[in-house]
Amino acid sequence: MLGYIIQRLLQAAIVMLAMSALVFVGVYAIGNPIDVLISPDATQDIREQAIRHYGLDLPLWQQYLAFLGRLLRGDLGTSFVLNIPVTELVFSRLPATIELAFAAVLAGAFIGIPLGIYAGYRPRSPLSRGIMALSVLGFSVPTFWIGLILILTFAVNLGWLPAGNRGPTVEVLGIEWSFLTWEGLQFLILPALNLSLFKLAMMIRLSRAGTREVMLSDTVKFARAAGLSEITILRRHVLRLISIPLVTVFGLELGSTLAFAVVTETIFSWPGVGKLIIDSITSLDRPVMVGYLVLVAFLFVTINLIVDLTYALLDPRLRRGGRAA
Amino acid sequence: MTAAFGAFWDEYRENWVAVIALAVVVVIVAAALLAPWITPQDPYDLANLDLMDARRPPGFVGSGGYEHWLGTDAQGRDLFSAIVYGLRISLQMGIAAGAVAMSIGALLGILAAHSGGKVETAIMRVVDLQLSFPAILLALVLVAVLGQGKVPLIIALVAAQYAYFARTAYGAATAERQKDYVEAARATPLPGRRVVFRHILPNCLPPLIVVGTVQVANAIALEATLSFLGLGLPPTEPSLGMLIANGFQYMMSGRTWISVYPGIALIVLIVAINVVGDQLRDQFNPRLRR
Repeated sequence: MLGYIIQRLLQAAIVMLAMSALVFVGVYAIGNPIDVLISPDATQDIREQAIRHYGLDLPLWQQYLAFLGRLLRGDLGTSFVLNIPVTELVFSRLPATIELAFAAVLAGAFIGIPLGIYAGYRPRSPLSRGIMALSVLGFSVPTFWIGLILILTFAVNLGWLPAGNRGPTVEVLGIEWSFLTWEGLQFLILPALNLSLFKLAMMIRLSRAGTREVMLSDTVKFARAAGLSEITILRRHVLRLISIPLVTVFGLELGSTLAFAVVTETIFSWPGVGKLIIDSITSLDRPVMVGYLVLVAFLFVTINLIVDLTYALLDPRLRRGGRAA
Repeated sequence: MTAAFGAFWDEYRENWVAVIALAVVVVIVAAALLAPWITPQDPYDLANLDLMDARRPPGFVGSGGYEHWLGTDAQGRDLFSAIVYGLRISLQMGIAAGAVAMSIGALLGILAAHSGGKVETAIMRVVDLQLSFPAILLALVLVAVLGQGKVPLIIALVAAQYAYFARTAYGAATAERQKDYVEAARATPLPGRRVVFRHILPNCLPPLIVVGTVQVANAIALEATLSFLGLGLPPTEPSLGMLIANGFQYMMSGRTWISVYPGIALIVLIVAINVVGDQLRDQFNPRLRR
């Protein structure tokens, strides 16, 4: 087991290194940020001073090595535009995104799994067909469009909920949270709902597919033969058997939700990291882009590592090193 | 072959929702192909546009003398024409990206399954890593790096999507690899390439077609999202996503049609393709065979 963990950690480190290089080279190939930073009629002296100050005159590989060195010290550079350290900038925006993502994933799971199990249990009932239609919509309709319709319906036409921004927050442990007051929660509902529809659809589909297959299995036949009630079979056996893929997806989805928040945050002017990356792309703020992407890559590699290790704990066959299935 | 197709169609016909969805897809593709003949205006020709006609509600008769039955947008474009042309671009992008991604992905997946060993591990590690990374972020970064335009956009969409095809092809090809007919084909003096392309590939096609259908819809949605965020195609050739983004700012003041109609067109297209893909998936899935 220890060998397996070391092997996986090494792999994760190599992947991180490769990702950071790719991201760095990719992002530093965009135009010249100096044009954005200094007014076009600045003197040549000011221009060169700025280029030296930001280290843009060095060859790319030297810039990368310097970047890597700073990365290992947890220093992701300073935003060209805002002149604030990137780490500080990202971490100041992160709680808003995490709150939004958690609200979305939890809503998706708690609504989606029961609906999906029902749809798999009674695949031919009209209600199940309705649930599946809902999941096709949630799965295929782009997030930004659902966001627009939510704003149009609940903010513009009905006037029940605010159309954007984060609203009032409460500070707990030095971090601002929205969900603690009703006022703040009102601002959270629409973006969270918007972001959760995709997860909802996914949870419905996964639990439906799982339930359909498990219902045909011997486990369920024997449970029925033993005289267990249908509800007990669903709760005690079906839910457990389908929960392994659901938990995996739940974990992975939490990461991708943080990423998908880009769109939702833009529509609802939610001040999270997603809005930060869009703003930094439009203003060619390279350190922020690179810093954000490296952090996201790190997040994904970490989540993958945890999922792999959890699998190894659950399935002894994977522990012997070799190829993971 | 024809008989098999007939049986397939008979089963498909049982699901009337899927039949309607297929009809919708056919109609939209036809409308996109015939765009110059069925629309009252060429929305890309600036000489046709009159700012006096801008932001008019549905049913308005503009300076062109015909009725704008879906209204006009902020530049005075006839919204119906803009939508049909937008569908054309969306379909072009979706199909081009889907086809390229499918070719690259299928090739990589089958190569991995066929060669085994280090090649297999290397390809599938990269693919799995990419699958865990959200497609939209990758596309976002690539578009930001490569700039605006059709080719950069297609590259971004392909890079974001090929991994799904590679996974599918790999799965299918590993299952085929163990079957007797592949063993038999390998025992003949045929070159390995021929075994791969003439024997293994055709048997991997059904799952690839299913994924392909869904991925075309995903590519269209992704393109619309990027355009909505202002990172897609240049504004001279507005795709559906950009039409929706342009209308967003007028939504609060009650001029909802500018965003809503292009959005409905986009969704009808995406949902219809997905329903067709769903039906194909159910029909190809041997585990659900009765």
